[in-house]
Amino acid sequence: MSGWLTALVFLPLLGAGFVTLQSDERAAWRSAFIFSLIPLAISFYLFAAFDPQQASYQFVERYDWIPQFGISYHMGLDGISLFLVLLTTILIALSLLYSGGGDIGFRVREFCFFMLVLETGLLGTLVSIDLFLFYVFWEVMLIPMYFLIGIWGHGRKIYAAFKFILYTMLGSLLMLVAILYLVFRARTALGHLTFDLPDLMSVPLTMNEARWLFAGFALAFAIKVPMWPFHTWLPDAHTEAPTAGSVILAGVMLKMGTYGFLRFAIPLFPDVAREAAPIFMALAVVGIVFGALLALVQPDLKRLVAYSSVSHLGFVVLGIFALNPQGVEGAIYQMLNHGISTGSLFLLVGMLYLRRHTREISEFGGLWQSIPIYAGIFMVVMLSSVGLPGLNGFVGEFLILLGAYLHTWLAALFAVSGLILGALYLFYAYERVMFGPITKDVNKALPDLSLREIAVMVPLLGLMFFMGFYPGPLLNRMEPSVLALVQRTHTHIARIDSPSATSAVVAELTKADRSR
Amino acid sequence: MAEHFPLGLILLFPAIGVVFNLFVGQRAGRTTVGIVGAGVIGAAFVVGAVAFGRLLGLPTGGALTSTLWPWIEAGAFKVDVALRFDALTAVMVLVVSGVGMLIHIYSSGYMAEDGDYARFFTYMNLFVLSMLTLVLADNLLLMFVGWEGVGLCSYLLIAFWYTNPEYAYNGRKAFIVNRVGDAAFILGILTTVWVGATHGLWTLNFVELRQHIAWFGPATATMICVLLFIGATGKSAQIPLYIWLPDAMVGPTPVSALIHAATMVTAGVYMVARLNFLYLLSPDAMELVATVGTITCIFAATIAITQPDIKRVLAYSTISQLGYMFLAVGVGAFSAGIFHLMTHAFFKSLLFLCAGSVIHGMGGEQDMNKMGGLASKMPITCTTMWIATLAIAAVPPFAGFFSKDMILSGAYTSGHFGLWLLGLITAGFTGLYMFRLMFMTFHGESRVEPERAHHLHESPPVMTLPLMALALLCVIGGWVQLPEGWLWGGSFSRFLSGSVGIFKPALEASDLGLSILSLAVSLTGALIAYIFYIRYPGLPTYLAWRAKAIYQLLLEKYYIDQIYDALVSRPLFFIAQYVLFKGLDYYTIDGLVNGTGTTVEASGDAVRRFETGNVQHYALIYLIGAVGIAAFYLYLVMR
Repeated sequence: MSGWLTALVFLPLLGAGFVTLQSDERAAWRSAFIFSLIPLAISFYLFAAFDPQQASYQFVERYDWIPQFGISYHMGLDGISLFLVLLTTILIALSLLYSGGGDIGFRVREFCFFMLVLETGLLGTLVSIDLFLFYVFWEVMLIPMYFLIGIWGHGRKIYAAFKFILYTMLGSLLMLVAILYLVFRARTALGHLTFDLPDLMSVPLTMNEARWLFAGFALAFAIKVPMWPFHTWLPDAHTEAPTAGSVILAGVMLKMGTYGFLRFAIPLFPDVAREAAPIFMALAVVGIVFGALLALVQPDLKRLVAYSSVSHLGFVVLGIFALNPQGVEGAIYQMLNHGISTGSLFLLVGMLYLRRHTREISEFGGLWQSIPIYAGIFMVVMLSSVGLPGLNGFVGEFLILLGAYLHTWLAALFAVSGLILGALYLFYAYERVMFGPITKDVNKALPDLSLREIAVMVPLLGLMFFMGFYPGPLLNRMEPSVLALVQRTHTHIARIDSPSATSAVVAELTKADRSR
Repeated sequence: MAEHFPLGLILLFPAIGVVFNLFVGQRAGRTTVGIVGAGVIGAAFVVGAVAFGRLLGLPTGGALTSTLWPWIEAGAFKVDVALRFDALTAVMVLVVSGVGMLIHIYSSGYMAEDGDYARFFTYMNLFVLSMLTLVLADNLLLMFVGWEGVGLCSYLLIAFWYTNPEYAYNGRKAFIVNRVGDAAFILGILTTVWVGATHGLWTLNFVELRQHIAWFGPATATMICVLLFIGATGKSAQIPLYIWLPDAMVGPTPVSALIHAATMVTAGVYMVARLNFLYLLSPDAMELVATVGTITCIFAATIAITQPDIKRVLAYSTISQLGYMFLAVGVGAFSAGIFHLMTHAFFKSLLFLCAGSVIHGMGGEQDMNKMGGLASKMPITCTTMWIATLAIAAVPPFAGFFSKDMILSGAYTSGHFGLWLLGLITAGFTGLYMFRLMFMTFHGESRVEPERAHHLHESPPVMTLPLMALALLCVIGGWVQLPEGWLWGGSFSRFLSGSVGIFKPALEASDLGLSILSLAVSLTGALIAYIFYIRYPGLPTYLAWRAKAIYQLLLEKYYIDQIYDALVSRPLFFIAQYVLFKGLDYYTIDGLVNGTGTTVEASGDAVRRFETGNVQHYALIYLIGAVGIAAFYLYLVMR
């Protein structure tokens, strides 16, 4: 057993503690940034050492935690979580690097503290295999985000922070209920309490039970994604959050929803997932079109990017519920793409806000003249976001569309409209901000990107090109885990309702129910 | 048959140009940028020519190949970044890089005064890179990379002078309209994968698709072909997606020559020719291609007759000529389509460059009503443009004669008399609008504004030399394919036969008779132009006044832009703004969410007299509500 994952998850927390000891704000920021590089380095090591042939968990750590309740400290990494871990460590490090440039005007030490706690929460959520451990981390990550929005946010930041946390908590509670129910069912079937995911996957359930439990998980995840029509917390939270908060919120936290589907909801209840796939694909397509159309009419640049997330995450959900290798791999790829390109867009909007203290599109115009480097980078990011072939977005979108087409061609037919609308809202905004004459004098003398800002953007741009031209190393590592997942949804026989399942299990369950 | 060759070099050189001009172009100085910009395209041309030489050594149907790296692999789906150089690609590569190089040289003169010289050459190099990727790709998906890449460059170059909001708008219009076509194109690609997947071979490779052509039934073939053709109507500016091309003329004129005339807009024709084996399975799709092409052909030609802007005339002429190419490939005469693609690249890019030379000399003036009598001031431009005009008007022995003749004879001998007749009439219109353009620009009374007349000058040699080179191609370019039985007659078709097969006419016709007929129609158009614009210059105004309705309809381009605006753009924005955002999202969904909170809060207030507006209480009430829902839910589950 290696300690890599423990180190990965808890070193940021250690860093958070260290940061609070700093007396000077500059030193606090420096130490936070350096601490964020450690998990980054570890995740790169994990990527390199990851065995692409293996479908099961790697770097597993398992210790008993609260044995009488069947709770264990069980962590592992597979081809699905590996990339989200990388994305998290990269985005946290870059956000911290960016935030040192004046974006956070006060209480820098506390800000760094919350960022690093947040990193622990996010990484812990991604590597947990025990559901109790998962739930703890799942809730832990909300708290620092709540403070990040509430303290360092803009505008109606308190309203946004509350809306965010209440929405998410509501979903989480239902998931907790579902987890507990499942655990008690496990005791009936297996004879002992357990929160361990592989154990829970073998618990027999009636189809009806499975449906309710799936719904409990699915609602929590659907709010987190957010899927239409549970999305209204997102525009507020994203818009009012500080730049670094928006980057992490959009880049990583939304993926916890889609990741939850892949890690828990679908493998635990594969039959229900298959049954419910058309509903989710339909909602996903509605989200794609709806998010894009709403982005089109936003006067606020950041809100526009926020609505575009609804559209992009619609693509991810569409790919997941295609339940075939192309769709799911495309979905995972698209999660990374969205983290990179939307994260970049939020960073860019933040840089503009820092210069002008407004995000109203009508306040700008002709910026290419005054800040060409900014405009050029914005162009590449925009192209990545609209899925231009040759950049990262295309690989994900194409695989998702392929997966969706093979599942239900109609879904792909509607989803491609997202490609048109996606180009429309971004190009329309770009045109109003960058092109045309300079209409406001204040825009004439804007400083172009600083060295620090360029340093933040360059790794992201590099990833866009790399992932667009050479997706092999990523797709290879996903493939075994994805195939195992897809396999499970296709071969798993309906647990109880199906005539092929033995009636003995039914009798067993009925007996157990009576004896309680 | 297939031989390895480092085809990646053809792409590498333009890629070097992009990187160089992007990062050091601003500091390197104009001369260096111009030399590098044009030089890398020349280098690509040389590699292409070497590859062409190697290809000639192979038997018919041979090809050079090069697999660069595996691209997307997911499950059973697999597609590589791989290149293939067969006869069809050879023609395209040589045309794109050859004409491209001449236009780059011309640009170094045309853009000499522009502040954004390096950015211009970055985009131009990127365009050539994308276009070469498009024609070298050995599978549909990599072709799509080039396909969208050229669309991007088109956008960037139309909006090159971005400070003008109209130019920026036109650039976006081009990109979005193209994206509409591309969405259909993607669906076509997906359908192709699906067909292969049902037979266990997940491929988009052209060679493999051709091998397994038996898997495609007539219905699936029709579906794929129609979807891909919708993509082609966007890229190649055919009805109904042609609307972006006329507006694309606001870009720098060398861009119009290279992208919006000679190369990018022919991508759709290339695609149909490339997938000829698939299109041949679907007579319906072929019929559609030919019909759309022909209707576009005559439709655009009628608009061209009335336009006062010299570049707009050429733009509609391009749409019309592309229609001819689609007519050719639609009736199965693929090599005729590609032949016309090639000759069109010569004469249309020359026409645009000459127009650019005129505009350059006139200090930016594009309205032909303010030209006239320029022949003496700009002799080289005038002469070369006359050569191009004779070529496009299909006067022998200029290039356009042979290719247009081959298309019309293909339409006739395949039994498409209606389409042939429309094509023939369009030949008359072509003569009319081209001679009108020449007469209005170079001959008759000078209508040049006095202050511009002083500056009027012939362009420098760096611009006129490419004109002369292209003029030479306009003269001899058609001779590669003389009519069957003459000297080396039919050699171009034979060279292409490995890629696109041989056209088999359904019925016999006298080639000579057809040629004489179309020449006569063409010259009639030219004669009408002579009568109207040289002999009786008052006549056009009189006619426009007499047939005011028709004139207005044509001048306003059949009001298609206005119709699209009313039917598509406005409703889209209205629905997004008022129905979805204000109506559904803001008031209904969010209202419901906030409403729930308020209701719970209100009831809490009544019972426990909570202080409102206190966020902690607000939260507590929410939490109580949530726990209540959770409890109810638990009850449902456990029951």
